[in-house]
Amino acid sequence: MPRAPAQGSDTLITTGADGIKDVTPPLSDAEAETLRAGDRVRITGVLFTARDAAHGRLLPLMDAGQPLPIDVRGQIIYYTGPSPARPGEVVGSIGPTTGGRMDKFTPKLYSLGLKGTIGKGGRSQPVKDALRQHKAVYMGAIGGAGAVLSRFVKRVEVVAYDDLGTEAIRRLEVEGFPVIVINDCHGGDLYQDGIKQFARQ
Amino acid sequence: MTTREVHVSAITDAVKKLCMEANYDLEPDMLRAFDRALQTERSAAGKQVLQILKDNAEMARTKKMPYCQDTGMVVCFVDVGQDVQVTGGSLTDAINAGVRQGYTEGYLRASIVRSPFDRVNTGDNTPAVIHPELVPGAQIAIKVMAKGGGCENRSKYKMLTPAEGVDGVKEWVLECVRTAGPDACPPLVLGVGIGGTFEKAALLSKKALFREVGSPNPDPVLDGLEKELLDRANRLGIGPQGYGGDTTAFAIHLLSYPCHITSLPVAVTIECHAHRHKEVTL
Repeated sequence: MPRAPAQGSDTLITTGADGIKDVTPPLSDAEAETLRAGDRVRITGVLFTARDAAHGRLLPLMDAGQPLPIDVRGQIIYYTGPSPARPGEVVGSIGPTTGGRMDKFTPKLYSLGLKGTIGKGGRSQPVKDALRQHKAVYMGAIGGAGAVLSRFVKRVEVVAYDDLGTEAIRRLEVEGFPVIVINDCHGGDLYQDGIKQFARQ
Repeated sequence: MTTREVHVSAITDAVKKLCMEANYDLEPDMLRAFDRALQTERSAAGKQVLQILKDNAEMARTKKMPYCQDTGMVVCFVDVGQDVQVTGGSLTDAINAGVRQGYTEGYLRASIVRSPFDRVNTGDNTPAVIHPELVPGAQIAIKVMAKGGGCENRSKYKMLTPAEGVDGVKEWVLECVRTAGPDACPPLVLGVGIGGTFEKAALLSKKALFREVGSPNPDPVLDGLEKELLDRANRLGIGPQGYGGDTTAFAIHLLSYPCHITSLPVAVTIECHAHRHKEVTL
């Protein structure tokens, strides 16, 4: 995998007429800062998949200061392990897995320049602190909507750890992939806001 | 007395079909639950999630692709009639062969590792978790559930004291909904096993999930409790996907069993909206 330096775009994120923000990685600090908890986002471009087993292999590399198989600077990691594609299809179902299981690894990845993660479910305080410190976001895709989400994936390529099967690191090319910002770098938290707004006695 | 013979190949074929159908075709009771929630949900984001989940179910059904990429660990309840003789091999092997065929031929994800420690994927989603039970009669009833990991990870057990009583049970179930939160992919379906022993309560909590969502509990006391718990769970505000809203759970199903004078065990299986199960009688 070539390690060309990622360059954050100078163009700030634009918002469509439908109120949805259009995002194309790599993201700069300034772009990440414009994303707020509750924002609906459409991602076009590249996402990298990684979940439990792949993170387990990245950790010793990070601890030893060695290069990772993907250059995470400015990029977004999607926590998912797709189901196999039927012949003629790009990918099978491809919804998010629980983000919290990656909490042990995530602050370190953000410190290396990762700008976003996509999963579902809550994150730990150290992850939220890392978002603030490194200007990054945690976004949610709809858990369990794996079939619908496959529509937005145009190309899939395994880039590392093929032996891990569904847990390999894949490079996805996506078009209009729908997510919502859960935690932003300003302390915003969609899950907390939602409960505050809708909890009843 | 005569016995009826059932060949293992019939069991394998049945399990294969159930695994595939469970992952492609969400049960009609769940689709009705989406529609009911769309009528009552106040949150715009929550409504949008529910609509997307309906679309997802339709797409999974028509394209024969799994509703969720986590196609689960197969949990299989098999009620074997006492007058049935299984021929041609072992019941366990027959069920696992069905899982293997269903998952590989059906383009379903292999999500099982051979050991909790070395975590090497078995490659075909075997083995299943199998709960056989001997029952009267000459039939075999097979119930298959594709149990997702994200929600299963939020399942919990607690041994209450008899003094904590029904109020303690209610608080514990609601605590389980709170801690499952957005992680377990709400709207949830909860199976709650109350009574028995440690393992009996856990088994009941899984069995309870097979009842039709939206149907009343045949026990009027448990039915009242279910309705109260569901109402209170949906006042927590977690909502679809945890984005805030009124639909945190579609159903809470209770099953109870006699227990020891010292015990009040309560097991809660958390199930997500991808509540995939099918059954057949041979």
